[in-house]
Amino acid sequence: MTTAVDRVLPAGPTTAARHPLFIATGSVVAAGTMLMFGMLAMWFKFRDASPLRAGNSGKMIHDWLPADLKIPEVATNTLAITMVIAAIMGQWAVYSATRKDSQHTTLALFITGLVGIAAINAQVAIYKQMEAVLADGAYQTMFYAITGTMLVLICAGVGFSFVAAFRVLGGRVADRAVVTAHALFWYFLTAAFIALWFVVYVQK
Amino acid sequence: MTTVNLPSTLGAEATADSGFLGSVGAWLTTTDHKRIGRLFIGTAALWLLAFVGVGVLLGFERIDSKTLTFNEGMMTQLFAASKTLASFGVMIPLMLGLALAIAPTQVGSRSVMFARNAMMGFFLWAIGGSLVVGSLIANGGPGGGNAHMVDLYLLGLALVIVGLLASAVSVVATVLSARTAGTDLADIPSFSWSALIGSSSLVLTLPVALGTLIYLAVDHHYTRIAFDGNMGIIKWLGWSMFQPQTFLYIIPAIGILAELAPVVARRTQPLRGGVFIGVGLISVALLGSVTQNVHGFAWTGTLADKAKSFVPYALFNLLPILGVVVVLGLALLALKSDSIKMIAPFVPAFLGGGMILTAMLGNAVQLISSANLSGTVFEEAVLVYISYGTVLVAWAAIAFWGPTLWGRMLPAKAVVGIGALGFVATVFAALPMYIAGFADQKADSIKDFDYSGPAKLWNTVSAAGHALFAVCVIAAIVVAVKSFATGERVAGNPWIDGGAQ
Repeated sequence: MTTAVDRVLPAGPTTAARHPLFIATGSVVAAGTMLMFGMLAMWFKFRDASPLRAGNSGKMIHDWLPADLKIPEVATNTLAITMVIAAIMGQWAVYSATRKDSQHTTLALFITGLVGIAAINAQVAIYKQMEAVLADGAYQTMFYAITGTMLVLICAGVGFSFVAAFRVLGGRVADRAVVTAHALFWYFLTAAFIALWFVVYVQK
Repeated sequence: MTTVNLPSTLGAEATADSGFLGSVGAWLTTTDHKRIGRLFIGTAALWLLAFVGVGVLLGFERIDSKTLTFNEGMMTQLFAASKTLASFGVMIPLMLGLALAIAPTQVGSRSVMFARNAMMGFFLWAIGGSLVVGSLIANGGPGGGNAHMVDLYLLGLALVIVGLLASAVSVVATVLSARTAGTDLADIPSFSWSALIGSSSLVLTLPVALGTLIYLAVDHHYTRIAFDGNMGIIKWLGWSMFQPQTFLYIIPAIGILAELAPVVARRTQPLRGGVFIGVGLISVALLGSVTQNVHGFAWTGTLADKAKSFVPYALFNLLPILGVVVVLGLALLALKSDSIKMIAPFVPAFLGGGMILTAMLGNAVQLISSANLSGTVFEEAVLVYISYGTVLVAWAAIAFWGPTLWGRMLPAKAVVGIGALGFVATVFAALPMYIAGFADQKADSIKDFDYSGPAKLWNTVSAAGHALFAVCVIAAIVVAVKSFATGERVAGNPWIDGGAQ
């Protein structure tokens, strides 16, 4: 007996998807960019709405960063440089994977992950040095919310690095898609962090 | 366009002898895009019932503005539930479910890309939605008195957004990367194009809402200083449940209408590129919504002031209308054919599309400051028009693609009957509120809106409209379950092949 399923159009040949992982990562990066820049926009809104007070140089500044809080500039600048290094390591992995050099690809991916861990460590050090208490005010609340979100994204990046590294270590050197997508994600993390660093830690 | 029924190559499916638990397990662990889409549609139908039920309750509570049946404090929760369910429980998941189920078959892919990610998205959305509803029932949500439940509402909404984002990424990746070899984006069906544009719009706007939610959750849990605690939720997050953001949620609905018109006309769509441009124009709304500001038009001040006010207003509110008008106009152009053969799903699709256009026009009028409609029930009516209109189009899509998804058909009479009744219900529920808006009846309020007009009449008709729509939804669910479970099996898609009218 012929069933309805038999009478529908027959399946065509299997279609090889073109760069699905890269496109999906691109979508995630777009989403992440909107997330971080949306949060930065809110930060601007609150900072601009804060009252004015005289700064150390006598210039009128927004009373946004509480006077008793000091941004540890060495740690924040080191963190920014660390993120740039992570992106370079990600690109090194792509360079090595293109040449089917599994040793350097693996090494580059593991270093990216380790540099990511260093970035997390630096962010924790900033929290400790600042000693900002979350419940003390609007600045502290928003500071922890935005830097905490960035921290979660960096943790995701570290996870991505180790997954990609173990895939290459397992012999999937020809699978460049993962390495390329990984590099794209780290480029996004670096760009997002640099924006955050400039707004939150430099402009204050 | 003919869809190709490709067997899924992923995941184990339930077989006839796998038993009840086996079937449930197969559904819960499925990677078949059709099943994931159906899970979204089915669960959204439950939230739709809740949404319409809230509409009925609020409608009847408003009939007599002097006496209250419910606790006044509950009303804030009910209004919040209505807004949250309309966007995150009904409009987005219905359209996303259809996109997941249909778009892969239209572009020639065996499955949705990252099917497990799409399924994870469904779970996050369903669990988050349950938390949202549970927290609202337990005095949480915007204006809620129970702080823990307010936190739970924010957590639930965050899960909902992350889930919808995950599934939207799968749709984007499928349409962009898994098309049949040699098929350009310009060649894909209108619905797949609208699914791509709609999902991309979600990917670009929902993270902004998520960022706001993170701020709100941290602030509410620890300090309640910066964001006004529970009363600030709608103030800061309301944009994601209002126009023009909702225009992005209904983009696939416009694609469905564009898909059905050439089928009815039995000809290829003339000026097909124009349809794609029209669908794309609607997405311009995202530029306005992510600013989280209302872009109204004030006819005051100098000519420069007027221009300064008009440009963003027109860009974010009028251009999307132009997009819908272009699509509707080209659909009508396609229907200017001698070979028209009306099919039942086109009726609710056309009526629903009309409701969506009415909502968009209403939104444009409401944002003109001299109309004095801001803060009135007029803006509530816009949301009713757009959400009920979307439900009507979704009903049309379920009927149209039913044979592809379930291998069975919905009866044509039921499709047209429920669609027409739903249209009448939508007009009854929303039009009186448009009128009451001009009489300054306050939005999100159930009392103290005495004005010179027949307030009781408008509110009674509106409540009756909501009740009628509830009846339509129940009827639609019953007909769909019965027809798709035990109806006659069909081959191919008789709506397209000409076997059904």
